[in-house]
Amino acid sequence: MFYLIAILIITGVVLLAAGKKSSVIITALFLSAGVTASSWLALSELLNLAIPVEIVEFLTSAGIICDGLSALFILIISFTVFSGFIYSVGYLKPYVRTKPELWTKLHYAALLWLYVSMIAVVLFRNGFAFLVAWEIMTVSSFVLVIYEYDKKGTIQAGINYLVQMHVGMLFILFAFIISSEGSDGVSFDNLRYYFSRNSNWLVFLLFFTGFGLKAGFLLLHTWLPEAHPAAPSHVSGIMSGVMIKLGIYGILRVSMSLQGDMYVIGTSLMVFSAVTGLFGVMMAILQHDIKKLLAYHSIENIGIIGIGIGLGIFGTATGNTLVSVTGYTGAILHTLNHSLFKSLLFFSAGSVISRLHTRNVEQMGGIMKYMPYTAMAFLIGSVAIAGLPPFNGFISEYLLYFSLFSGIGELEFYPLLIFSLVMVSLVLIGGLAVFCFAKVFSIVFLGQPRKAMAEPPAEAGQPMIIAKMLPVIPIIIIGALPVLIVGPLASLTSGIFNPSSLPFDNAILLTPLRYISVGVILMVSIGALFLILKKVDERRRPPVTGLTWGCGYGAASARQQYTATSFTQEYATLVRPVIRNGASHVSFREDEIFPGKREFHTSSADLLRSKIIMRPANLFINLLRRAAVIQTGRLQHYVLYAMLFLVLVFILTLLEII
Amino acid sequence: MIALGLILLTSLLTAGLIVRVKSIASGRRGPGLFQPLKNIWVLFRKGSVYSEVSGVITRTSPIMVLSALLVASLMVPVAGFTPLISFRGDFIMFAYLMAFSRFMMIITAFDSGSSFEAMGASREALYGMLIEPALFVLIAGLTVFTGGTSLATIFDLTHREGYSYVFGLIVAYIIGNITLVENSRIPVDDPKTHLELTMIHEVMVLDLSGFNLAMVQMTSMLKFAIFGSLIASAVIPWDMAPATRISMFIAVQLLFASAIGMTESFRSRYKMNRNQQYILTISLISVLFFVIILFTKNIF
Repeated sequence: MFYLIAILIITGVVLLAAGKKSSVIITALFLSAGVTASSWLALSELLNLAIPVEIVEFLTSAGIICDGLSALFILIISFTVFSGFIYSVGYLKPYVRTKPELWTKLHYAALLWLYVSMIAVVLFRNGFAFLVAWEIMTVSSFVLVIYEYDKKGTIQAGINYLVQMHVGMLFILFAFIISSEGSDGVSFDNLRYYFSRNSNWLVFLLFFTGFGLKAGFLLLHTWLPEAHPAAPSHVSGIMSGVMIKLGIYGILRVSMSLQGDMYVIGTSLMVFSAVTGLFGVMMAILQHDIKKLLAYHSIENIGIIGIGIGLGIFGTATGNTLVSVTGYTGAILHTLNHSLFKSLLFFSAGSVISRLHTRNVEQMGGIMKYMPYTAMAFLIGSVAIAGLPPFNGFISEYLLYFSLFSGIGELEFYPLLIFSLVMVSLVLIGGLAVFCFAKVFSIVFLGQPRKAMAEPPAEAGQPMIIAKMLPVIPIIIIGALPVLIVGPLASLTSGIFNPSSLPFDNAILLTPLRYISVGVILMVSIGALFLILKKVDERRRPPVTGLTWGCGYGAASARQQYTATSFTQEYATLVRPVIRNGASHVSFREDEIFPGKREFHTSSADLLRSKIIMRPANLFINLLRRAAVIQTGRLQHYVLYAMLFLVLVFILTLLEII
Repeated sequence: MIALGLILLTSLLTAGLIVRVKSIASGRRGPGLFQPLKNIWVLFRKGSVYSEVSGVITRTSPIMVLSALLVASLMVPVAGFTPLISFRGDFIMFAYLMAFSRFMMIITAFDSGSSFEAMGASREALYGMLIEPALFVLIAGLTVFTGGTSLATIFDLTHREGYSYVFGLIVAYIIGNITLVENSRIPVDDPKTHLELTMIHEVMVLDLSGFNLAMVQMTSMLKFAIFGSLIASAVIPWDMAPATRISMFIAVQLLFASAIGMTESFRSRYKMNRNQQYILTISLISVLFFVIILFTKNIF
């Protein structure tokens, strides 16, 4: 922990003291050093390479233990933060002129601190060191979120985030303290001892609440749709891509040590996650703020990951290794996949936002012609996040289905019911995600621009395009050759989560994945073949262009195009019982011969937030406001209060109550 | 190979048969059985006309739609003949390839900036999403019933112990209804309608022409044959002689196509806003089937 703080202070001081230009370079240097060192550590753990004894001793003395799980998360964090940093170089360029120099430097320093603290979170086992790293992570991400402090609502979203994270930390702290009973310290390593002696579900629930606040499970999610739109896009990408995954890391780390109650924990986690996923994607479809939409999709994906963890715990509880290993593997692979395509989507959305200066999808349209690379990146991200082949999202969802269907054949009635419900939710989540991303991609990138622009938007700058290319490569590789990654991952998860059971035979998992590879490659080659045929055909008969079909009417304006609202209209009526979506407008009066300007406004309210979170909170605030009567601001009254208190103490002492 | 050959063969026949049956039912002689194929051939020899708004999506995605469906057709069981690709959980890839081709069709519709096409796309997206659970619940039911793990084994094992033709008929009924939705047939959508505002599938291809339109039409034909072949596998026992199975398979496919043709002749389509109820009903029938399976397996 000492080293952690030393690193933070050194990087902070150096960065703040550096010049305007050099601060970016210094950040790049520090970051590459960090990425190299931590990735080296992670890779040597994963590939069983020998680490020099001195380094091992040093790490152990610093309280750092790197196992397979930490190593995986280190690689995920490093990759996303690095591409996020490259992106930020391009993204922040227009802001550097308008923001104070010190503020931008602080932003880069906070980015570094966030990186270092996230690495520390996955490496520390001691509870207090872990919590310190956790806290630094929260604070530095808070600084990152409020970069555009002068925009409306940014500070509020940031403070909302900060407060909620501290509530979460309180839960984790409680959980640690309770679980340290009977052992000499507060640590993840003591959990197994505690769990073997006490009932498991209470402490798991505490941990789950704390970590779930970071991850964004249902009812713990309200900070997400606020903070992501407020933050700069690379920060949203990093936060949604990896930081919320550390909540998942925490849950995985705890579930590793579970000893009892696993049946209950597994099933309830599955159901809760399925509801989370459904809620996230159902809300996402109705959002017109592109970053808010992506934020709700993070909730959906956390739900999918949660289903995987639930399956894993359930499988371990019932001794079904296949269900357990594929569930855990699916969850971890989806964590990796989501970090790739979600950062990709946030980066692409950010490029569009920085060109069009709006986050409202209804004012976009036709961007693909002006920003082809960004559009392609967003398309790949959309197909991947909707879980469609040929990209990586399909592989992790396939693993989860695999796990579900492996369990469904040999079950009792109640688990069967739960498995079927979870399966149906997963199918619905997939279908809704297709619906949602077909909508957002089409509305933003296809058709004609809906709003007149002074000049056509230019393609994003080079650093931003490079940052988008980085995640695309693994997205394609995992999608086309899943065997490469799922094989080692399955061995790793069966080693971590089911150490006692028989070694897991990967073959049952790898054969289908090979077939999937064959299918994907076949699909691409058939497509390529047809494309060549088409090119040949077009050489002989050059295509001509004409007007879009409009029933013979050729002067349709761009504003007549279908909008996101009209695309989701039927869906909106269908889900009205669950999601209250309203429209407000003032209708025309009959005597208005020359109608004036009118406004039309649609909104979709997060019922959970307003009914379950905000209502009690508002009640509490009202209560406190009543209590504030005693706060009169007159010195005499305060002296009176002090005297009354003394009298009270005196009486209580006399009565021997205190 | 036999499996793939049979599917492709029947996909060529069914489209013409439906049109023919509809014509006869309405008192006309109607075009020849191979007229749809001739139409596609004509399309291939025509050049393309693109909307000036459309871009790279329109130029590539019809190809992807067809290639995804072709790969999906490799997994479909054909009355006991082993499909080329068959693995544990292949129905997931099957369903997701269908979803991928739907995604591509939707964004193609939006590429031309036409409100008509987007309107159809919106309906297609919603109905496609609502019908997916029906297929999955059906397959989950069959998995519980047979213990099979891939499409082919599930459908083959259905005919082993405890098989009753009632199962075959229920499965055929559910898949038949799913086909009506997935292939945009009456009562969900009328492929022969001429009013843009009431179309679903046909309106999405208004701005496609030549090569691209041929791709999309071939996709529809293939999709129809895929579902027909699922029905055939549900009712044809796998242990008959191969020649019998081949002839029965073709017979079932043709029967299915004529049944669709008859339905389209004598049934009117639903109001657009009733479609969701119809689709949800199919899902519920699927769930009912699942419950029946649980009873037969004494899981209650």
